[in-house]
Formats: sequence, structure tokens, C-alpha cells
Amino acid sequence: MPSLKDLRNRISSVKATQKITKAMQMVAAAKLRRAQAAAEAARPYAERIEKVLANLAGGVSTGAPVLLSGNGRDETHLLVVATAERGLCGAFNSSIVRLAREHIQRLQGQGKTVKILCVGKKGYDQLRRNYEKNIIELVELRGVRQIGFDQGDAIGRKVIDLFERGEFDVATLFFSRFKSVIQQFPTALQLIPAQISANENEAAAGGALATYEYEPGQDEILATLLPRNISVQIFRALLENAASEQGARMSAMDNATRNAGDMIKKQTTLYNRSRQAIITKELIEIISGAEAL
Amino acid sequence: MATFHFELVSPEKLLFSGEVDAVVAPGAEGVFTVLKDHAPVMTVLKPGVVEIDAAGNKEKLFVRGGFADVGLGGFTILAEYAIPVAELDAAKLDADIKNASEDVADAKGDEARRIAAEKLAQLQELKTALAL
Repeated sequence: MPSLKDLRNRISSVKATQKITKAMQMVAAAKLRRAQAAAEAARPYAERIEKVLANLAGGVSTGAPVLLSGNGRDETHLLVVATAERGLCGAFNSSIVRLAREHIQRLQGQGKTVKILCVGKKGYDQLRRNYEKNIIELVELRGVRQIGFDQGDAIGRKVIDLFERGEFDVATLFFSRFKSVIQQFPTALQLIPAQISANENEAAAGGALATYEYEPGQDEILATLLPRNISVQIFRALLENAASEQGARMSAMDNATRNAGDMIKKQTTLYNRSRQAIITKELIEIISGAEAL
Repeated sequence: MATFHFELVSPEKLLFSGEVDAVVAPGAEGVFTVLKDHAPVMTVLKPGVVEIDAAGNKEKLFVRGGFADVGLGGFTILAEYAIPVAELDAAKLDADIKNASEDVADAKGDEARRIAAEKLAQLQELKTALAL
């Protein structure tokens, strides 16, 4: 049986924790709103660039750039794993890492070489345990307050640079797609060779693209557009990730706050009961003492 | 004057969307104006100023390269980076120029160097044109 003092200490420490989790939840809610707005603002560009690419790719049949068609090999895979810089956000980081790990195991089972580029420290920490020698680089975004296109572009350039040096054949990006505060889906997206087949048929059916004039040439435009598309995809993934992270943290902290509340309630009941028991005991002692006289 | 739909988007946000009379864009092979019912054209943009004329309201925005897509549905510019000219100052442009000259120094291969040098020249030209 804990003493009254112990109980009091325990209650006050849980209360302090509850205050922290509550504050974290509110901060996450505010940041989520900003992150969501940023993710939405980035959407038109990504949609347009996809449409333009689909138009262009529909017209190119032979001699397509390697970024679009791949280099024909399928031996070395690059996994770009984008996670958060901070923990305390529920299963957010681990679910991305789990998806990446499943991917790695499957690829290694097929005898392929795997290279990992980590974006965000948490994913790096988790992957390092098993795949330290596969990790080629860690990009930290810790100092970045609001993710701008420059960050996405920098990573995109890095990926393209590696590809041009023949360091890998296929690149896949891992991140968490934001659906709502309680739903985030870890997603794998193939970057190289580019996947834009979904819109291709639709674009070809439109027929209007045949009349396009290209300046300079179609191939030159495609050659500049494709690297751009990779940067845009990465940028978008980073934004989705930021929103997902805050959403996950918000619900995790909401749970924590509620748990702390439950715990305070239980401890307070226990505290009151033992306090009353002590009073009763003292009364009995006094009364029986008086009777003995 | 007949209007058409025009959109200017950068990766970070939608900067302009609406009906306009005319748009002047800095194409890689020369500045061009788009009016209603322009033939479908897709072109690369060089760093320069986009002029939007919407019912007499003129707006000028600086873009740092991008793509222009004139289609049947309207005109879309996918800018790499865009800000209103009023907010552009010499310091920002100088930073871009510095970046571009670093690119020239870093470029591997003749083709990459040529492209980087071209971009640098375009930025410098723009700086003199805007008299900053």
C-alpha cells in the first residue's frame, strides 16, 4: 500500500505529463493546419506537370530518355525512405520503415542489390540496425522549418546524379500519404523509370495533343521536364509526410492526454479512499481509547 | 477583348488563376504573347518576366525558368520559382546569379556547362533590363 505522500507525488507527476502531451497535441494541430495548406497548395503544380508529361510521353515511342524508360536493367534498387526528424508521433515512422523493410527483404530475396537514401533521422535510426551497410546517405531536414521546393529539388538532383553515374537502376520513394488525422498510408512510389502510364491512355484518346507545337523540340522538353518531375514528386512526398507526421502526432498525443486523465482519476480515487481509511482508523483508535477509560 | 483562362503555378502554390486578355511569356527561343485561341504550343521558359493583362490590370511576375503549355483549355505556366516583380530586388537576383555561376563552375561535361552558362547569361541580361 503506497503512502499518501507517494500517491500525491504520483498524481502531480502524471498531471505534469498530461500538460506536456496536451501542449504537444495543440502544437501539432496548429502545425498540421499549416502543413495541410502547404500540401494542398502544391497539388495544382504536381497535377499539371503530370498532365503535361502524360501528353508528351504519349507522343514519344522510340528513343525515350532513360529517366522515362529506365536503363533496361533491374539489378540495383535505390530506396529513398522519407521519415520524420522527431519521434513521439505514434506509429508514423515505424510504419514507413516497415514497408521499406518488407521491400528490402523481397528485393534481397530476389538477389538484387539494395541501396538506401534516408531522408529524416528517425528512419535512419531504425534502418541502421539491420541495413547499416546499405545506407548510402542521410539527408537531415532538422533545421528546416517549412519545407520548400528547394529541399525536394536538392534530393531530386542527388537521385538523378546517382542514376547518371550508374549507381542504381530503379528508384522507389517511401513516404506516408496523408488522408486524415487518423489515417496515413505508408506508400511506395516508383520514381525511375517514371510511372505515368495511368494518364497516358486517356491523353492518347484525347487526340488533341497531336496538334501541339513544341519549342525547342519534344525531346528537349521531355529531357528537362523529367528531372523536374522527380523533384516535384519528392517535394510532394515531403509535404505529405509533414502533414502525416503532425496528424499522427496529434492523435498519439490525444491518446496520451486521455490516458493521463484516466490515470489521474484512478489515482485520485485511490488517494481519497486511503485518506478516508486513515481518518476512520484514527477515529476508531480515539473512541476505543476513550471507552477503555 | 476576348479572354481566356490562364494559370501560373509554382511548386509551392498557385500564383494566378483567372480570365485574362493577354499574357507575355519569356520563351526559351524568344518572348511571345498569347492571345485567345492561340495554337497549342509547349515550350521551355527562360528566366524572365511574365506580363499578365487581365482587363487592363497589368501584373508582372518574375519567373526563374519553367514551362509554358498553351492548350485548348487555356494557358498554363509551370514556373520553377515565381514572385511579383515588385517584390523582386537586386539582392535576390544577385543570389540567383551567384548560384548560376556556381553551377557553371560545377558543371560536368560540355553540354551541362553550356546550359548553365546560358542560364547565367540570361539572368545577367535580365538584371540589366530591369535596371536593378
